[in-house]
Amino acid sequence: MELFGLSIWIVRAFSLNFQIFERNNHANVLFCDPLWHRSTLHNFIFSDWTTAYISPATSRFLVSGSADNTMRLWDIQTGKCLYRWEFPTAVKRVTFSEDDDQVVCVTEQRMGHQGAIRVFDINRDGDGTDQSKEPLSFFNPTGSKAVVCAFAHIPSLILTGHESGKVALFDAKTGEEVLCNERAHLDVVTDLQMSTDRTYFITSSKDKTARIYDTRTLMVIKTFQTETPLNSAALAPNKPYILLGGGQDAMSVTTTSLRQGKFETRFWHKIFEEEVGRVKGHFGPVNTIAVSPKGDCYASGGEDGFVRVHHFDESYFRAKPYGDLEIEE
Amino acid sequence: MAPNSVNGVTHEEDVDGEIDYSDIEAKYKVQYDEGLDNILVVDGVPIIDKSKLDKLLARISKEFARKGAPVKTEDMFVPWNDSTGKSNGCVPSVLNMLLLRSLACTIDRYIFVEFKNAEDAAYAMATMHGHPFDAKHTLFVNRFTDVEKFANLDENWTEPEAEPYKPKEHLRAWLGDALGRDQYAMYRGEDVEVHWHGKPSQCEVAHKRTGWTDLYVSWSPVGTYLATLHRPGVRLWGGPSWESQQRFAHPLVKLIDFSPNENYLVTWSHDPIVVPEGMPQGPQYFSPEDEGNNIAVWDIKTGNLLRTFPSALPEGEDGAKRQMQWPALKWSADDQFVGRVTPGQQISVYELPSMRLNDKKSIKIDGVVDFEWCPHGDKDKEDAEKAIAAEVANQPARVSVINFPSRAILRQKNLFNVTECKLYWQNQGDFLCVKVDRHTKTKKSIFCNLEIFRVREKDFPIEVVELKDAVTDFSWEPKGERFAIISSNDPNLGNPGPGVTIKTDVSFYQLVRAKGDFKLLRTLPGRTSNTIRWSPRGRHVVLATVGSSSKSELEFWDLDFNLDEMRREGPNQSKEEWGVSIQHLGTADHYALTDAEWDPSGRYLATSASAWRHTLENGYAIWDFRGQELEKQILDRFKQLLWRPRPQTLLTKEQQRQIRRNLKEYSKQFEEEDAAEESNVSAELVALRKRLVDEWNAWRLRCKEEVAEELKKGGKKVEIIPEQPKEEDKEEIEVWIDEVIEQVEEEVVDEAPILLLQLADHAFGGYMTDLTTTSSI
Repeated sequence: MELFGLSIWIVRAFSLNFQIFERNNHANVLFCDPLWHRSTLHNFIFSDWTTAYISPATSRFLVSGSADNTMRLWDIQTGKCLYRWEFPTAVKRVTFSEDDDQVVCVTEQRMGHQGAIRVFDINRDGDGTDQSKEPLSFFNPTGSKAVVCAFAHIPSLILTGHESGKVALFDAKTGEEVLCNERAHLDVVTDLQMSTDRTYFITSSKDKTARIYDTRTLMVIKTFQTETPLNSAALAPNKPYILLGGGQDAMSVTTTSLRQGKFETRFWHKIFEEEVGRVKGHFGPVNTIAVSPKGDCYASGGEDGFVRVHHFDESYFRAKPYGDLEIEE
Repeated sequence: MAPNSVNGVTHEEDVDGEIDYSDIEAKYKVQYDEGLDNILVVDGVPIIDKSKLDKLLARISKEFARKGAPVKTEDMFVPWNDSTGKSNGCVPSVLNMLLLRSLACTIDRYIFVEFKNAEDAAYAMATMHGHPFDAKHTLFVNRFTDVEKFANLDENWTEPEAEPYKPKEHLRAWLGDALGRDQYAMYRGEDVEVHWHGKPSQCEVAHKRTGWTDLYVSWSPVGTYLATLHRPGVRLWGGPSWESQQRFAHPLVKLIDFSPNENYLVTWSHDPIVVPEGMPQGPQYFSPEDEGNNIAVWDIKTGNLLRTFPSALPEGEDGAKRQMQWPALKWSADDQFVGRVTPGQQISVYELPSMRLNDKKSIKIDGVVDFEWCPHGDKDKEDAEKAIAAEVANQPARVSVINFPSRAILRQKNLFNVTECKLYWQNQGDFLCVKVDRHTKTKKSIFCNLEIFRVREKDFPIEVVELKDAVTDFSWEPKGERFAIISSNDPNLGNPGPGVTIKTDVSFYQLVRAKGDFKLLRTLPGRTSNTIRWSPRGRHVVLATVGSSSKSELEFWDLDFNLDEMRREGPNQSKEEWGVSIQHLGTADHYALTDAEWDPSGRYLATSASAWRHTLENGYAIWDFRGQELEKQILDRFKQLLWRPRPQTLLTKEQQRQIRRNLKEYSKQFEEEDAAEESNVSAELVALRKRLVDEWNAWRLRCKEEVAEELKKGGKKVEIIPEQPKEEDKEEIEVWIDEVIEQVEEEVVDEAPILLLQLADHAFGGYMTDLTTTSSI
């Protein structure tokens, strides 16, 4: 199984819609290597997945969150569940820290329970089944509930996106709000993805815009105005592009035609804020997009129940549509 | 009646470009009851003794009641002059003014009368003022509050200061644009924007205002004014700084129509005109005679109201009210006359600016349905006769061409089995086409005849083009001798349903000069187009499928594609090849378009999808005449796009010909400009991009340094990551999967057994199957 030694990345796209479509409890994690055009599928038997994340440094663990109020740690190689945390409400989002030491998760605000953010230490010794049940830290952000989270440029800070459109930085230990940008977006923040060095991040929102923020100041660096509600935004490594996905709301999909649903994945230039291309394929809204860490392919998951993996053409790497420009990552 | 505003609302909206309604609002301000408005002073009552008081009051009460303003005797108050023992005969000084005003007749006495409310009092005042009480006495009725008001009037007359003359801006300044661009108005959400449209680099917003209009915007016929509609009325704007030029107080106005030369404006409101008490009076406002009418005619230059009309709702055959026709008043081409049809009875033509009925009588035509004025052609003399084409729906139906003002019938034609008629004048007034929808004897199917009157020829020869299908759209080529029709025999015609796209045929006809009749040029079968849009300069035409949810095609055609060739070869050649010069230039698609409009130069076409009709991909697109997309904007809540019309050119025929002849010279200059600009633009763009990249790179660098610093401070392990080895160690992995598909062992008698092994190799990307045979003895 040398396969797993290669760069592995998860399509975070394996989310609710997939199951609804498939009607089974198998979440298939797609391991995809560009050299290996055939993709290997591995089954993780588990119900109501909402979110998952692979440990970025070692690619050894998979952490998943689910609507059955649990967060689980899996061994990627065997597909075995290593540990199971239980919470009072559903898990909305989980993310590993850069060095695989920690996991942060956001839980839903429901049934009298406040939305909470928990940080766990991950014990990588042994087979990984020996994890602490208690979180390293636990806090309830006040105000609008958090929907997405990530570790900021330093692991002691946690970045959150909120339902009101707010983006904030919290101290991971004390739970104190260090900094916030109340008017980051005008509607729900739907996605938040970090740059490789975590000094900036991209957010997407139902307000039809995606924005790049400076992690330390939460100031807007770039704005990408589209004509459709956005569900996901991703940064393409090594290339000055961003990928945006979205489309009509799920509830209005059945009443709108394909051509005006705007279900394409859009490519925008990160710096010039111009659209440079679109990739068609989905016939429902795009729920999530992830680019491989090497930046040679990307995957998108749609409400239509399909996960599409696209490998970039040779021309994508060669083309310089804006001439010879040295752009820092 | 004091003008202090009790409602306490102050309107200071005239800040930064907001429309100043304050004057209009002051005009319509509700007058609050100050408590004394219901008290009247009745003058001219005979002087009497106390003993006769009851009798007098009873008499007054009776007089009031007779006029419909009942008042009880208890509500009358009679002041007494104690010195005489009679009711007060001496006139208080405050009343002096009133007396003078009311003919200064011998005032004997006054009493106060209290009414239930101000309205009753106002009514009583209106009816009882100047009422002859008896032979000697006349009653003069005034408001109690007025007495005070007039008494306090300053008696010294001061001459009003002459307003200094302010030169007005040139209303046609936009025509002097150095770049020769056209303008268009765009209405989106609450914003109205006027754009310049030229080459891509020359497009810019000329003016923008939020909340400029409440309903929609409209250009006047030659583009001088932009009209906006508001609750209180219509406003016109113009000039380079878009100042208010005129306003017309027609509350709740819904429709407007300009006269062709922009001298007059017609407005319509669904709600009949009411003139509330306290409305300002004057030539610019409605007066009580206008109450109940819906249509108003205004003079644009002075803002004066000329006349009002009730809206005529034609009654359908089954008695149901049909939709009102708009424009309800039809203008002659020179603004001299305006006509109005009373369906079934007459056409009334009014002279301007007096708005009096021409010749003091209407043109009586039994069963008249509709009429159209003949448009003015370039060739016409100033005082050319004006022809009216009228349509009559009796059995048989009749179409007449009537000279005006002589009212002589120039030509008439009777038509049979007619369902509906429509009149189409060619825009120069050379031809009149009557589109006659006829039914077969069984009245089951409808077909169409086109009766074409050649108005410029003697006796108006009529030619009939008979068609088997129903014609849904007809359009003359502007200034041309061609027309296009859209016909259809689709069974779904007339039953529009969701998802139903009607199949249509488009045909072009042209006048054969030699014979003098119209001949089919070409038919394009199996289309879905339902709209014809000729370029305002002729030659080019766009066929569009408008209002369909599934089809939205635009076809661009050129009807004189070989024109240059034909000119070279001489006119004799061209006659032989009939219809060859029609050329399809391009096809485009604008999803769910609702409107298509050529710009006044005929170079660009704007298509729009308005939020008034649907909410799918609202926005607009601008195409060149070949169907190349130049600009496309998808805008939420986009409502309207209107090109600003241009007045007629000031150049003479000869000058125009000169320009056409030297076109190559001019185009050279423009081409140079284009080339220079292109390089300019790209240079600018490159500079901008460079700046953006530099800014980004600087920020990234700063970021990296500062984060490294921060981490160091935090005491974390700092690895100043050496520029990540991007060239990741390339790992070559070759994976061979051997799948044994079948293993067969065979015993061959005379030879050694052969082992046959089939191996399938699965290599990257595909299946490369090798068959390897191994034989062993």
